[in-house]
Amino acid sequence: MLELINVSFKVKTEDGEKEILKDINLKIEEKFVAITGPNGGGKSTLAKIIAGIYQPTAGQILFDGVDITNMSITERAKLGVSFAFQQPVRFKGLTVGDLITLASGKKISVSEACTFLSEVGLCARDYIDREVNASLSGGELKRIEIAMIMARQTKLSVFDEPEAGIDLWSFNNLIKAFEKMNEKINGSIIIISHQEKILNIADKIAVVANGRLVKYDTKDAVLPELLKNGGASFSCVKL
Amino acid sequence: MDTIKKGLLEKVADLHEIPEGAYNIRDNGGSGGRRTTANIDIVTKTDKPGIDIIIKPGTKNESVHIPVIISQSGLNEIVYNDFYIGEDADVVIVAGCGIHNSGSEASSHSGIHTFHVGKNAKIKYVERHYGEGEGTGENIMNPETVIEIDEGGYMEMETTQIKGIDSTIRKTSASISTSAKLVIKESLMTHGKQFAKTDFTVDLNGENSSANVISRSVAKDESYQEFLSIINGNNKCAGHTECDAIIMDKARVCAIPQINANHIDASLIHEAAIGKIAGEQLIKLMTLGLTEAEAEEQIVTGFLK
Repeated sequence: MLELINVSFKVKTEDGEKEILKDINLKIEEKFVAITGPNGGGKSTLAKIIAGIYQPTAGQILFDGVDITNMSITERAKLGVSFAFQQPVRFKGLTVGDLITLASGKKISVSEACTFLSEVGLCARDYIDREVNASLSGGELKRIEIAMIMARQTKLSVFDEPEAGIDLWSFNNLIKAFEKMNEKINGSIIIISHQEKILNIADKIAVVANGRLVKYDTKDAVLPELLKNGGASFSCVKL
Repeated sequence: MDTIKKGLLEKVADLHEIPEGAYNIRDNGGSGGRRTTANIDIVTKTDKPGIDIIIKPGTKNESVHIPVIISQSGLNEIVYNDFYIGEDADVVIVAGCGIHNSGSEASSHSGIHTFHVGKNAKIKYVERHYGEGEGTGENIMNPETVIEIDEGGYMEMETTQIKGIDSTIRKTSASISTSAKLVIKESLMTHGKQFAKTDFTVDLNGENSSANVISRSVAKDESYQEFLSIINGNNKCAGHTECDAIIMDKARVCAIPQINANHIDASLIHEAAIGKIAGEQLIKLMTLGLTEAEAEEQIVTGFLK
């Protein structure tokens, strides 16, 4: 279980300070939670605060009752927090197989590594020895990023807009992959998304706008309103 | 052979025991063993130190190992090795030099290697340089490689300086004939106060000749690297040179690629990039549970692989 208590995040600007997140209180016990809201509203910052990439300027983060607020990225990862980047990183020299192996944290067989790739719709045989460099397309990188999180099999997996840059055919398979992960996982999945199809498979939806948590409730309580108003009531939530 | 020498052999030639095929081991300036085969002859030069390696035309799937090991502090040598690769041959040549310096005097080895690659011959040349030792004496290597590839020939040169070489100037020059191709892959790591200079010059003289020179290097601590790469396109040809370097700590790298198109149908490209490890690469690996130091190590190892 993940709990954010009064989490705020400020950054210094030329004119003084800007508050990116304000007093976020969020308790995630469900298996599948989607975070949505307008661009620039603070969703990605929130995900990075959970992963430890940013330290909150105020507030507390609890993970299974343990205070992780001051823990490093590595410490959180070891405790069971995974984070899929919105824009995956390229590595000259490291192969897809290397990254999947590092993600799993142990020596795994090629066929095990291939299973994770197959789940995101990549023909494993073609990819396992490929370098994660500029020769891979954005969509391919996104899928590899997701396969890495699957290989980690941690209690908490945070995905920052996994659908961005993925074609329509792959998107439908991606939904299936998340549904499958949802069945198997012994923990929670948090997905930042603008896609109705993803919001639709969530147990709960959090709406973050202007750095605040403006709504957090079951899918049935949030989604119809989002769709009806085009999200206008949540500061023009983009869907 | 003692354990130090065996260790050096393993580092520079992946050899755990006497290799298969032809070989010549140079051990502290003397002979550490030699074998020739029906197709590969190794002859000691009479006018200067070194050997001639003569590979008969048509020799296929054979290999030659010519490692050099130095464990005597203060040994300084220049060795001339000439390779004659016959037409249509297809062979692998593994050279390498390992120095273990436990004394206070500098040890140095300069191997001057000249390759005559015959018509339609294909060779893979692997060269590794490695230094170690608890002494204060410097390990110095100044290899020079001269390459001539005849019509339709192909040479791939894989050169690696693993670690422990305090000072090196590596000079390679090549002249490529019609439809011949040269591929050079350099990987280099310097640390401490080491200095490494790489100097490639490739002349694409023949029609449809091509060259691809790729260097990847990591400079750590206070080390300094210089990378010079010149490709002269003197005919209808294709040339590409690429230098990619990671700098860490207080290290410095200077890359000077140069491409000279001397013919209207010469197509030449150069790329050079130097920078520290991207912060997001470290962060990504840390989100997988690696510490910052482990992440750095993975990135560097992968980069030089």
